[in-house]
Amino acid sequence: MLSFLVRRLVVAIPTLFVVITLAFFMMRAAPGNPFSIDRKLPPAIEKNVEARYGFDKPLVVQYARYVGGVLHGDFGPSLKYRDKTVLQIIQENYRVSLTIGLSAFIISLCAGVTLGVVAALRQNGPLDYATMGVAILGVCIPTFVTAPLLQWALGSQLGWLPIASWDGGALPNLVMPVTVLALPQIAIVSRLTRAGMIEALHSNYVRTARAKGLPERLIVTRHALRAAILPLVSYLGPAFAGLMTGSLVVERIFGLPGLGKFFVNSALQRDYTVVMGMVIFFATLVILLNLVADVLLAFLDPRVRLS
Amino acid sequence: MSLLTLGARSPEAALLMQRAVKGRSLWDDARRRLLRNRAAVASMAVLGLMVLTAVVGPFLAPYAYDQINKNDVWVGPLTGAHLIGTDSLGRDLLARLFTGLGVSLAIGAVATAVSLVIGVTWGAVAGYVGGAVDEVMMRIVDVLYSLPYIFFVIILMVTFGSNFILLFVALGAVQWLTMARIVRAQTLSLKQKEFIEAARAIGLTRAQIIRRHIVPNLLGPVVVYVTLTIPGVILSESFLSFLGLGVQPPMASLGTLISNGAQDMELAPWLLIFPSLTMVATLMCFNFIGDGLRDAIDPQDR
Repeated sequence: MLSFLVRRLVVAIPTLFVVITLAFFMMRAAPGNPFSIDRKLPPAIEKNVEARYGFDKPLVVQYARYVGGVLHGDFGPSLKYRDKTVLQIIQENYRVSLTIGLSAFIISLCAGVTLGVVAALRQNGPLDYATMGVAILGVCIPTFVTAPLLQWALGSQLGWLPIASWDGGALPNLVMPVTVLALPQIAIVSRLTRAGMIEALHSNYVRTARAKGLPERLIVTRHALRAAILPLVSYLGPAFAGLMTGSLVVERIFGLPGLGKFFVNSALQRDYTVVMGMVIFFATLVILLNLVADVLLAFLDPRVRLS
Repeated sequence: MSLLTLGARSPEAALLMQRAVKGRSLWDDARRRLLRNRAAVASMAVLGLMVLTAVVGPFLAPYAYDQINKNDVWVGPLTGAHLIGTDSLGRDLLARLFTGLGVSLAIGAVATAVSLVIGVTWGAVAGYVGGAVDEVMMRIVDVLYSLPYIFFVIILMVTFGSNFILLFVALGAVQWLTMARIVRAQTLSLKQKEFIEAARAIGLTRAQIIRRHIVPNLLGPVVVYVTLTIPGVILSESFLSFLGLGVQPPMASLGTLISNGAQDMELAPWLLIFPSLTMVATLMCFNFIGDGLRDAIDPQDR
């Protein structure tokens, strides 16, 4: 188990390094720089500003400096929000993104697994068709369609929920964004669970469990489910990445003060350090989750550990 | 000679020959199963119709997709000369919908083709060559797989401007990873089969074996995954368009139409409703066809 963990860590660290390198050079390949976008500076002043941030050095030197800084936990100052460092921006805004992201994550796992199991137990019955019909809709309707529709129906017509604001993360303000964010993931999770469950229910060891006379409840929860959620575990990483992507849209539609707006705006404004900070932040989360998923998978499935 | 050609055939082919007596091959079986699947057949019909509309529609529509009509701003559906209304610039929504559908379908098709070429080549080579090459190639896939790729697409679009061709390639280039994994797994199991051994025995080179014997036998799972990639790409494009990074105006895609429609929802709900319905219908068709194909080609799941 330990060697397995070490092996996985050995993959995770270079991955992060690749992320940093790719993002750094892609960002720098963009035409323009953070100081040339608003208005044209006199050449002498522009030179001074560039020297101040070390942009006059060769790209490789800047890259080495940046990576050195990151290794010491220094992500640099923002180039657009003059009085803030990248870490400050992340610290001030990550809570909103993480709150809606994690809530949607937990809800989509719970709801998705329940729906998938129910559908599998009633395979080809009306309940199965209904669930899978909803699941297909969930995959096909983009978040930026469900969000305005919900805003219109629950917010402006019925007046049950606030249309768009954060309000310190009060529960009514969370309901719509989290629902919108979770829907596509619920759909995918329920389909994965259903497929895994159907396969498990037809397997020999479930037949053995039945022959032993175990109660159906135990067969489902102890025997079948454990195997059925294996494909789901490897989907945890992609699911989380999907939620992070979705939150870019959801935060914008619901006007939530999260990290999403910083990412797109900073990329457009060539705020190199902020973009890099965001990429590293999200990539670390996704990589960590993949790591957790791998360990979980090894814990649940002995075949993974041994190979 | 006859022995050799017989040996070079797959077990599937041998089975196929046996069944030929009864007049049914494996692919015949698959087609039969697919045609029995009503949702898949209906989806194929609808999708066929959509492709036709997207190709022919712009020529038949009385307005061009970018034609601004100052006197017909925000006309509702069925009230004037515009069948499903106009937008804030008085552009005919039907004409824009035709164009948008075409652009979205084209992006889906081209990006998927890009992912297909990279993914199949990568997976087949890794799986067939094996050893250290496989290890390195799949490690690369692992690393790329855990990147939050949409961020890179965003950076890419920002970096190079919202270039049409680049959008195709960028979306395709991030979709090939799963394809490579599927193809590799399939190749590993194919490699053990007797007909590959026979091909080696008659002295075919690796490249020939991969091209002539491995790749054609990968068709089933690849076709299934392709039909599921296309809707994914269409969704990604619409997501980028929503952020203002996808297709640029006055050009339209389903994504740009929907995100514009969402802004004017209270005033002109038709601008959101029609593009959304079109998009949902398109994606559902692909999903049903994909599911149908999977059930037809790989009946194990049933």
